Amino acid sequence: MDLSTRYLGLALESPFVVGASPLADELDDAKRLEDAGASAIVMRSLFEEQIVREQIAAFLHTEMHGESFAEAMTYFPSPTRFVFGPEEYLDHLRRLKETVRIPVIASLNGTSPGGWLDYPPLMEKMGADALELNLYPLALDPEVSGAAVEEASLQAVREVRRAVRIPVAVKLSPFYSCLANFAQRLDTEGADGLVLFNRFYQPDIDIENLQVRESLQLSSPSELPLRLRWVAALAGRLKASLAVTGGVHNAADVVKSVMAGADAVQLVSVLLRHGAARLKGLRAELEQWMAEHEWTSLREMKGNMSLLRCPDPAVYERANYMLILQGWRGETGAR
Amino acid sequence: MSGTGRRWITDGNEAVASVAHRTSEVIAIYPITPSSAMGELADSWSSQARPNVWGSVPQVIEMQSEGGAAGAVHGALQAGALATTFTSSQGLLLMIPNMYKIAGELTPFCMHVAARALATHALSIFGDHSDVMACRQTGFAMLASASVQEAHDLACIAHAATLRCRVPFLHFFDGFRTSHEIATIEALDDDDLRFMVDEDLVRAHRGRALTPDRPVVRGTAQNPDTFFQAREASNPFHLATPGTVQETMDRFATRTGRRYRLFDYAGHREAERVVVIMGSGAETAEETARWLIDRGEKVGVLRVRLYRPFSVADFVSALPPTTRRIAVLDRTKEPGAVGDPLYLDVVAALAEARAAGISRLAAEPVVVAGRYGLSSKEFDPAMARAVFEELAREAPRPHFTVGIVDDVTGMSLAVEADFDIEPPEVTRAVFYGLGSDGTVGANKNSIKIIGEETGQHAQGYFVYDSKKAGATTVSHLRFGPRPIRAPYLVKRAGFVACHQFEFLQRTDVLERAAPGAVFLLNAPHGPGEVWDRLPREVQETIVARGLRLHVIDAASVARAAGMAGRINTVMQTCFFALSGVLSREEAVAKIKEAIEKSYGKRGGEVVRRNFAAVDEAVAHLHEVPVPAAATAARRRPPAVSGSAPDFVKRVTAVIMAGNGDLLPVSAFPPDGTWPVGTAQWEKRNLAAEIPAWDPKVCIQCNQCALVCPHAAIRAKVYPSDLLAGAPAGFLADDFKSNEMKGWKYTIQVAPEDCTGCTLCVQVCPAKDKTNPRHKAIDMAPQRPRLEAERESYAFFLGLPEADRTQMRIDLKSSQLLQPLFEYSGACAGCGETPYVKLLTQLFGDRALIANATGCSSIYGGNLPTTPYTTNPEGRGPAWANSLFEDNAEFGLGFRLAVDAQREQATHLLRAMADQVGERLVSGLLEADQASEAGLVEQRVRVRELKQRLAPVPGAVARRLESVADALVKKSVWLVGGDGWAYDIGFGGLDHVLSGRRDVNVLVLDTEVYSNTGGQQSKATPLGASAKFAEAGKETPKKDLGMLAMSYGHVYVAKIAFGARMNQTVQAFQEADAHPGPSLIIAYSHCIAHGYDMALGVEQQKRAAQSGVWPLYRFDPRRSAKGEPPLRLDSPPPSLDVVDYMRNEGRFRMVEKANPERFKTLARAAQREARQRYAVYQQLAGITIPRIGDEGDAAPAARPSTER
Repeated sequence: MDLSTRYLGLALESPFVVGASPLADELDDAKRLEDAGASAIVMRSLFEEQIVREQIAAFLHTEMHGESFAEAMTYFPSPTRFVFGPEEYLDHLRRLKETVRIPVIASLNGTSPGGWLDYPPLMEKMGADALELNLYPLALDPEVSGAAVEEASLQAVREVRRAVRIPVAVKLSPFYSCLANFAQRLDTEGADGLVLFNRFYQPDIDIENLQVRESLQLSSPSELPLRLRWVAALAGRLKASLAVTGGVHNAADVVKSVMAGADAVQLVSVLLRHGAARLKGLRAELEQWMAEHEWTSLREMKGNMSLLRCPDPAVYERANYMLILQGWRGETGAR
Repeated sequence: MSGTGRRWITDGNEAVASVAHRTSEVIAIYPITPSSAMGELADSWSSQARPNVWGSVPQVIEMQSEGGAAGAVHGALQAGALATTFTSSQGLLLMIPNMYKIAGELTPFCMHVAARALATHALSIFGDHSDVMACRQTGFAMLASASVQEAHDLACIAHAATLRCRVPFLHFFDGFRTSHEIATIEALDDDDLRFMVDEDLVRAHRGRALTPDRPVVRGTAQNPDTFFQAREASNPFHLATPGTVQETMDRFATRTGRRYRLFDYAGHREAERVVVIMGSGAETAEETARWLIDRGEKVGVLRVRLYRPFSVADFVSALPPTTRRIAVLDRTKEPGAVGDPLYLDVVAALAEARAAGISRLAAEPVVVAGRYGLSSKEFDPAMARAVFEELAREAPRPHFTVGIVDDVTGMSLAVEADFDIEPPEVTRAVFYGLGSDGTVGANKNSIKIIGEETGQHAQGYFVYDSKKAGATTVSHLRFGPRPIRAPYLVKRAGFVACHQFEFLQRTDVLERAAPGAVFLLNAPHGPGEVWDRLPREVQETIVARGLRLHVIDAASVARAAGMAGRINTVMQTCFFALSGVLSREEAVAKIKEAIEKSYGKRGGEVVRRNFAAVDEAVAHLHEVPVPAAATAARRRPPAVSGSAPDFVKRVTAVIMAGNGDLLPVSAFPPDGTWPVGTAQWEKRNLAAEIPAWDPKVCIQCNQCALVCPHAAIRAKVYPSDLLAGAPAGFLADDFKSNEMKGWKYTIQVAPEDCTGCTLCVQVCPAKDKTNPRHKAIDMAPQRPRLEAERESYAFFLGLPEADRTQMRIDLKSSQLLQPLFEYSGACAGCGETPYVKLLTQLFGDRALIANATGCSSIYGGNLPTTPYTTNPEGRGPAWANSLFEDNAEFGLGFRLAVDAQREQATHLLRAMADQVGERLVSGLLEADQASEAGLVEQRVRVRELKQRLAPVPGAVARRLESVADALVKKSVWLVGGDGWAYDIGFGGLDHVLSGRRDVNVLVLDTEVYSNTGGQQSKATPLGASAKFAEAGKETPKKDLGMLAMSYGHVYVAKIAFGARMNQTVQAFQEADAHPGPSLIIAYSHCIAHGYDMALGVEQQKRAAQSGVWPLYRFDPRRSAKGEPPLRLDSPPPSLDVVDYMRNEGRFRMVEKANPERFKTLARAAQREARQRYAVYQQLAGITIPRIGDEGDAAPAARPSTER
């Protein structure tokens, strides 16, 4: 069975990409994922805030006390060997490259212009096969318009694109007023791929201690349809390749994604829940399903259910919403 | 071959260490100011695999004390290595025993000493020759350097000469003045060192080494028949040394063009008056002599380079034959001696030369002795000139001091303060900054830029105050076309910068401004309004001296660039813009280059923000038009309030204002005894924001008061009628207590003593339910509330202190007790001081505290003010610092004295029972002093006893009177850091714990040498990066608690106030109550951990949750009751150790440098924490079996040899 695909210009042996997560934090785990059939690995995201905040904090908290007391000019060993940059990330990237044969995609999360933009070239230098730029501007400031948010994001993509020669994927949230338009502009800026959609830590409220806490819930298959709709809407309209992430839990989900037009699927929750070995199972299930349904390659099915090619495009559009809503009311007998 | 060396801008420590590291194979060290940097540099270079001139990387090891370092180098030398060490002061004294051995065995060796005062009536970290002078009898050759260049060169000469002579060398230079001065020098490269250090001699040294291949024995014991002769057998080596050193100096000159002599004379060829001097003072004396010669005087200076062996022949041949008067200047004091040592040597040398007929002097000279420069006291041209003038008097004083006003014994010379000889071509600049604003760092940077870019010679010297929080720094910079030989502070500067506007209110920052100077001021006011904000004194000086005033709001520029309070690059840019040393474009480019170089490793964002600050600086710099006359009515406020005691006004306030140099001898207590409670007069106003209390939200838990490192937020409970007369803004609420209905409760901040650390806000658990962001304590700007809070605080202090007899002490009530340790100079957010404060709240009125040298002795007793204070009855902690290494023994001595006095009082009471009365005697002897009420009753009895004794005649009654106070229970505390308890003082501590005496040990465990700058101790945890453990410590923290528990009779507690405050309070009470030795190991977060101290409490919690810091109390008294003595106070670890580690810079550095190593170390740390916890858990289940007499008779296991 030919499961091969092209994603970000990379020839992948299957669509099963390990999504940005701690899954590849340990080299042994990365090797296990490769052995289980992962076709590429996206590393954990390096966050703009993390980079900038730690740099500035480390700078202030180590420098601030120096040169102010006669008995101690400094309180730490000189920073000739440790660097408060992304060194550990880059180092891990280098080791990962040495450990696995499959492509390794570095991931960077940031939106504003700043020091973090130094890192894409370093990631390229360290051997990243591609870069996934994770855009997640939280537009909480009422003074900032949607257009400004989009422009800042485009600017970031432009700068990263200019800084590296390796392919650049852009991971998006679904929260844009005109996603199709924005996707097209990203495509024009030279994004080599779009990853739909990111999921984030969301705040939770601790009602005992009156605190807001971060929480992370693993994805569920119910999240897939949103992705399918947008992949289907974009497929065939962009130069950029497409990946689905969030909600892919079984072989059928993979088939749906590819049919909608995805070049790859990114898996995280299912692997966190069931371990690397689940990849093998997914792959076997996919092959079996394709054999049963007489598909010989993934390429044949790619995009056959996209907005451009599906038999009933209206379902992807607004009518779909109306029908489901009404159907649901019907089911509960609330009519 | 003059001037071939690479120009290098560096300080004395680095100049010396660079030679020592490259010419050594083994380096054993122990940190002590001001030499610590040499060891740190050597360690850092070795950890970067930087080789010595023979291509191997020197082994660098930090030892547990200087004694240990000396032992280690002695051993290394015996085994054939080239070894070195660095030290100062008391550290050098600890090396003396081994120095005798090393010299006695004729071992080539060179050690480097940044010479420092010895602790006598007080400790001083500053420079003089007291320490090296204590070594002149060891048999070491002693070579003195006077400048950074000399220190570099003579270090090389010493390393080379020792191999030739086989006599070991002590090379020294003035602490701080030379060790910390930055200067332009010519560097010696590896080939220079190889040229100087003869490899054949290295091989010869190795050939003498101990080896089983050619065994010999050393260190024999000799008897009356042989020792003496054998001791004399080494004479030829010592006799030959001066000649060899001169040859080595000559060889050095052929290579570098820099010529040195054993005794170097400079001055008039026919000089009649000559000063003999050693160290950096020689530079000043020579420059002054030159100035006088230009004005027709026949004077000169003989500087001593090789002090031991003292070559009489070389000495007299260096003196001009015309010499008639000699002043020998010593930078040390030997009370009771005929004179100080250099003087005695000179007198003896002249006498011998005359006797031997080798004196060239035409006439018998008059020789007088002068003392100068103790503890880095300035020695400037005015003082040097005063010495020459004294020599010109008809009858010069035979013994004098210079640089102080001695109005007690009248020994001091009068000095014309304004005398200045600095050549006009030297640019001089003075900068007043705050430690945390980066002024010193930026100035060091500027020196490098100017030195490197303009080819000018540069000099920088930096003066720090004695505080850790809000420390002031003064930078003295000079630039000039010729080498700068001015080892004294700038007197008249053409450029003065004040980097903190508040300084104008308390310091005369224009004191050193020359007429027409540029004055750069950082102020939160624009050019239009700043003039009106200046105190009248400042305006007057600006007008009178015609200063040109420039202003910038650097804080705003830095903030806009995202640099928080780091204004250094902004101010640095302004300095360049105004000084014109470089063109603005060139200067900006160079500053950026320097930023890239210094901060590149800190990450791109740090560089970017610094660049932004530089780019914005000049645009915000404005010249301010100066009116023709001062306009302000407001003057600088007095240093202390009018209600301060006389001594504080007369002495303390003068030191606080930076004028301590002006105080005469008579101002000082002659024995180092100082009044307590003086920190309260030093209102430092460091915090921009201070806590604001909301009684409506407060739950009255008092946690804020407990965590406050500066006793600047306090709680009181008092009857409501006392509120009458309270100032308008004074806040109070009903006290939430069933027993004390109708009482009021107040949390009050000391607005001018708070450092703004925010620990109180962080720890406050009480949130406003409708707006949880608002807590019972929030931070709010200080300025608008200052007046009101000042009044409220004064009123609060006037409210009565809690009645200790009516309280059951727990966390909450402990904070109603008066802290007798307040407003110390510790770092903002310090993790140690809350424990010290609690100690004084619980036992301060009957505590004796022996304090090991370290942070706690510095914030505990560094002048001008001291934080230990008294309660309304005048009682409070009696505190003293002896040394670093001896604190356990020192504190034990307190206990022995108290016990002896109690014994004597007991004995005398019984003897005088008839006169005193049986009832009172038995009351005094059988008193239960376990409670506060019992203590009060006992004090009443002692008072009664004294009253009854007063009319009784006779020596016995007087004796009993003098020891009667010992009948009140005393609490003896041995306080110190981990450097003391785990390392240098462990032997003594162990001994004290092994005994039964009732002492309480408080170890303020920051897990690193905090005071000297972050060197690892045996308390440093596995995985942490520290100096000497740069790559992360591989071995676990020493389990001091377990070691102490093994004795069985020692009370041991491991505490962390941030993790469990109640347990902390309990531990202190139990330790005090335990009748034998007690040990409390207290987790103390520290700036050397590398994170925001405001989060210290959170991090303490994580330490306990992760098992890294398990809380426990081991109480031997429980054994007696058949219970397990160990009680674990923290639950099994619930947090991964790595999650604790990742929050601190000291661990993160390891991860940054080497993520894989970090993973390994983090795993090991996790394993270690889990294992230790498991062991404790098992121990907590163990009761101590009771073995009766039978058991004693039949030991469980006999030694196998008996079978």
